[in-house]
Amino acid sequence: MIDERALALSGASRPRLPRGVRLKHDDVRNEWLLLAPERVLKTNAIAVEILKRCTGEQSLDAIVDDLASTFTAERSTVEADVRTLLMELATKRLVDL
Amino acid sequence: MNAPAPSRPVGLLAELTHRCPLGCPYCSNPLDLDARETELPTATWQRVFSEAAGIGILQLHLSGGEPASRRDLAELVAHAAKLGLYTNLITSGVGLNRAAVTKLAEAGLDHVQLSIQDSQPQSADHIAGYKGAFARKVEVASLVTETGLPLTVNAVIHRANVRRAGAMVELAVRLGARRVEIAHTQYYGWGARNRGLLMPSREEAEAAIEEVERLKTTLAGTIVIDHVAPDYHARYPKPCMSGWARRTLNVTPAGKVLPCHAAELIPGLEFWNVTQHSLEEIWNNSPAFNAFRGDEWMREPCRSCARKSVDFGGCRCQAFMLTGEAREADPVCHLSPHHRIVEEILAEARGEAAEPGAYAYRRMRPLPRSRGERLQGEDLDISAE
Repeated sequence: MIDERALALSGASRPRLPRGVRLKHDDVRNEWLLLAPERVLKTNAIAVEILKRCTGEQSLDAIVDDLASTFTAERSTVEADVRTLLMELATKRLVDL
Repeated sequence: MNAPAPSRPVGLLAELTHRCPLGCPYCSNPLDLDARETELPTATWQRVFSEAAGIGILQLHLSGGEPASRRDLAELVAHAAKLGLYTNLITSGVGLNRAAVTKLAEAGLDHVQLSIQDSQPQSADHIAGYKGAFARKVEVASLVTETGLPLTVNAVIHRANVRRAGAMVELAVRLGARRVEIAHTQYYGWGARNRGLLMPSREEAEAAIEEVERLKTTLAGTIVIDHVAPDYHARYPKPCMSGWARRTLNVTPAGKVLPCHAAELIPGLEFWNVTQHSLEEIWNNSPAFNAFRGDEWMREPCRSCARKSVDFGGCRCQAFMLTGEAREADPVCHLSPHHRIVEEILAEARGEAAEPGAYAYRRMRPLPRSRGERLQGEDLDISAE
């Protein structure tokens, strides 16, 4: 289920990680982590692919297209994943939309 | 006693110095502060940061005292940033100016956590024991946000400001913070010494908690509120440090490595120093770190408690301070046979009015020699260049 606020995000918005939030590959643990103020978030493979694209350059729609074609996945499924993750992180102020 | 194999640490609190221009009576630093001439030199801190990255530390908290009292702060940040450590500056703001903030940002600082003492300037200055501190902090907040660095505001709650917990969240929003910590006082170091003047009544504490929890919802997406509830009023103890020697370590200005900032108050613990051991050796083998790892050390009611893997028996330091024995359950827990001690402290807190100026302000102890007087004044001399 995708919540209403996530659905309401504009496809034209260009999500980016603000300064102070970093996606980092931790060589000691051999995993991708999202580092933020007083927080270390574990990220799954899908989240990593989404977050790598949150550079402020690509629009939300373009990120969805890119992921759907790169991973030959259903566009609607990808879109739901992207919107849900971005909404959740934006609420925690870990992504700017 | 066999301590279990240590997990990987994630955070290092580097207390770069105990010098601080402010005198906050709730400070968790020890009463016996490290003097300037005992502080680790730049190169030693840099080696410690390199060793920290090597054992899996992800976040480095540069704290003190006031870390900006160190003239090599930007140099230390640059070294940590090069190692990929997430660098967090925990500052009073006093002693930072535009040039210093710019230099830190350029050195690769990730985040600034700025303390405020109250939303009312006069009260804030009284709590800090420093005239003009509030105005300086407001200025530093705007310098930080103008530079593009993310800002967290930290407010410690106690009797003198408990009615303005919500107002401090609103102030943090106005200052441009993306995150605010509303932390009820924990009674260690100077905070323990001033406990009688700091502890709010249960009613005041509960009203503040309710107000801040409400703001969490209404301000979601505007500011993140991290709320540290007052543990004396809780039913169960806090999971102190996420368990002793499980996730973080703390290095004092003179290089002593502690499992938590208050650990030195527990007698009989043997702490190792970074000047004699590597951080990895200390994390794995230091007697102080192994003293309360796992649950072998526990007594009842913790030993057979289902929550022992949730709150780890609470805080060892608090157990020692209140019962005289660090292996006891944290007496905050209603299941502790010593819980009555906490009830009595709370009963005393009720209705007692704080006398202005009655705090024991955090101050360096004068040295027992002729230079003492001058050196004592030096904790006010912080580099602003």
